Amino acid sequence: MKKLLFALATTAAVIGFFAGAYAADKAKVCFVYVGSKTDGGWTQAHDIGRLELEKALGDKIETQFLESVPEGPDAERAIERLARSGCGLIYTTSFGFMDATVKVAAKFPDVKFEHATGYKTAPNLATYNSRFYEGRYIQGQIAAKISQKGVAGYIASFPIPEVVMGINAFVTGARSINPDFKIKVVWANTWFDPGKEADAAKALIDQGVDVLTQHTDTTAPMQVAAERGIKAFGQASDMIKAGPETQLTAIVDTWGAYYIKRTQLFLDGKWETSSSWDGLKDGILTMAPYTNMPDDVKALAEATQKKIESGELKPFTGPLKKQDGSEWLAAGASSDDGTLLGMNFYVEGVDDKLPK
Amino acid sequence: MRIELERRPDVSKLFSILSPFIALGLTLFFGGIMFMMLGKDPFAALYSFFIEPLTEVWSLHELAIKAAPLILIAVGLSVCYRSNNWNIGAEGQFIMGAIAGSILPVVFYEWQSPLVLPLMMLLGMLGGALFAGIPAFLKAHLNTNEILTSLMLVYVAQLFLDWLVRGPWRNPGGMNFPETRTFDATAILPEMIASGRAHWGFGFAIIAAILVWFMMRYTLKGFEITVLGQSQRAGRFAGFSSRKMIWFSMLLSGALAGLAGIAEVSGAIQQLRPVISPGYGFTAIIVAFLGRLNPLGIVVAGLVLALTYLGGEAVQVSLQISDKPIRVFQGLLLFFVLSCDTLIHYKIRMMWYDLNDTTGEGAR
Repeated sequence: MKKLLFALATTAAVIGFFAGAYAADKAKVCFVYVGSKTDGGWTQAHDIGRLELEKALGDKIETQFLESVPEGPDAERAIERLARSGCGLIYTTSFGFMDATVKVAAKFPDVKFEHATGYKTAPNLATYNSRFYEGRYIQGQIAAKISQKGVAGYIASFPIPEVVMGINAFVTGARSINPDFKIKVVWANTWFDPGKEADAAKALIDQGVDVLTQHTDTTAPMQVAAERGIKAFGQASDMIKAGPETQLTAIVDTWGAYYIKRTQLFLDGKWETSSSWDGLKDGILTMAPYTNMPDDVKALAEATQKKIESGELKPFTGPLKKQDGSEWLAAGASSDDGTLLGMNFYVEGVDDKLPK
Repeated sequence: MRIELERRPDVSKLFSILSPFIALGLTLFFGGIMFMMLGKDPFAALYSFFIEPLTEVWSLHELAIKAAPLILIAVGLSVCYRSNNWNIGAEGQFIMGAIAGSILPVVFYEWQSPLVLPLMMLLGMLGGALFAGIPAFLKAHLNTNEILTSLMLVYVAQLFLDWLVRGPWRNPGGMNFPETRTFDATAILPEMIASGRAHWGFGFAIIAAILVWFMMRYTLKGFEITVLGQSQRAGRFAGFSSRKMIWFSMLLSGALAGLAGIAEVSGAIQQLRPVISPGYGFTAIIVAFLGRLNPLGIVVAGLVLALTYLGGEAVQVSLQISDKPIRVFQGLLLFFVLSCDTLIHYKIRMMWYDLNDTTGEGAR
């Protein structure tokens, strides 16, 4: 066995020597995607960021990507392949790539890694995330104004802090307008599955919700909402094409700004590990145009957005109660980031039991 | 008009051997055309796909990692299919094996001893075998269709794993994320050789393939499997019990799938997650048939299929194309292999009907 492997390896090394003889003068910046780069949601937003990066720094760098990489052992191989193919800076763009990125980063100390939405860092591994909850708070306010019944449907992916935080932000926003507002949650247990997401949307609409939002990546819920004639919010990318009469606004991830900033630091040799968590004011997150709503609602949404951008308004500010009625934040107090990043409880107004 | 497949009375030995090569040639040709239409150099694409993954040591290790579960499961399935028991639920047995084997490192994580690893592997085999025992029992004693029961149990296993990692087995220090604690070093399957991360799962696969090959070829049990698979009646006359064979083949394939599961979790993932298999249990069915239900053929087939995954990534990186054409290319390969095999054993016959003839006797 050992001999055979050795023979294979030496043959391979000889071929590899000739095949690998090409010059690389531009720095290589690489991306690992969990979905298809045309998914219309999460991954597409990252790919748009990659293209903006190419546009901005195209004379100094070239970019590469691997798409539809499954989380788990396959991810480790995919990331290692990129590290070995000469990438100097690698962005891994899904939470599920965290442990794989940590392992490969330990193996390639000279390559820089950036992992989206995770919490593990190393000297050559930074994390970056976006304060999506700021957008969700605005969406909640819009929903409270638009909904006749005072009930919104929420298609959630996995019960991790990021998603729970989004649900709580939405409810908090809605209850700042209508204190009796409620939401119903369906856990799709997937980030990307048009069939399951559409089913979840149908189930929610059958239960009587009249506005829909999602924390999954496809446009399927938007299409179902359009068919059933209710309004909905887009996620990750502007989904207006899937529901021209339906989309109220969308949280649009604009990673490009971050990619350009960090890649420039990398080129200048000033790259250092960090845990970045930017929001609306930094431009890493923008709201798609406010459409399909009355002018006063639009004005309200724009005003709230301005207040969040200026720092005047923090979405998680008391008085806020947890779902069980106990106090979470006293009047005027704002939540610290640590609590948000580990969030494992609902606030009042969520008509669902958090899966434990 | 109707198209029928008619079994050829005598199959050409030469073409039986040539069939995989013809298929490969056709794939290269049509795949090359596809890459050309995409504006890419077809030779570079084919090189990246089939050769590049074999040119580096680390990538050979990755090949072994990817092929190991496929081979291990497919070897077990070959015994089932040879004996005419259609176990479609290897994916579920893989998952249950992984869960059973993980009891030690997850629940009794404080117990660290050299015994942990062998016990984990045994528990994994036991878990897979017991789970395969359900459809075996149902078929042997209640005469249910094992295709349906074994397939449906896959979803049971998937949801059970999902519940475990979100509920009772969730890592208490994991920020509420759905995964178990990571395994202790004593519970991690070691690497086979120091040059890369291929673990002993591949060793198990090769050993299992050789043992099963030996059994099929040189032992009475192997003969029994073949006879019962070809004709139950003939088997009964020889004194073989088809009921016992159901149990034997299902438990064996379940145990191997379970071993594959715990080896994958212990060697490659090192914790349980909501999803631990990208469909190995189903892909292994393809591997079993590509290897013509011969354990040694399965080793080759497993490696080839694993190569198409690695090659697919290599092409994406080197040519900057999306993964969609790669999937089409993988599909082409399977399509040509299966159709070549089929056309060597069967010929196509067109049945022309006379539309005015209602008796149906006008078929020529």
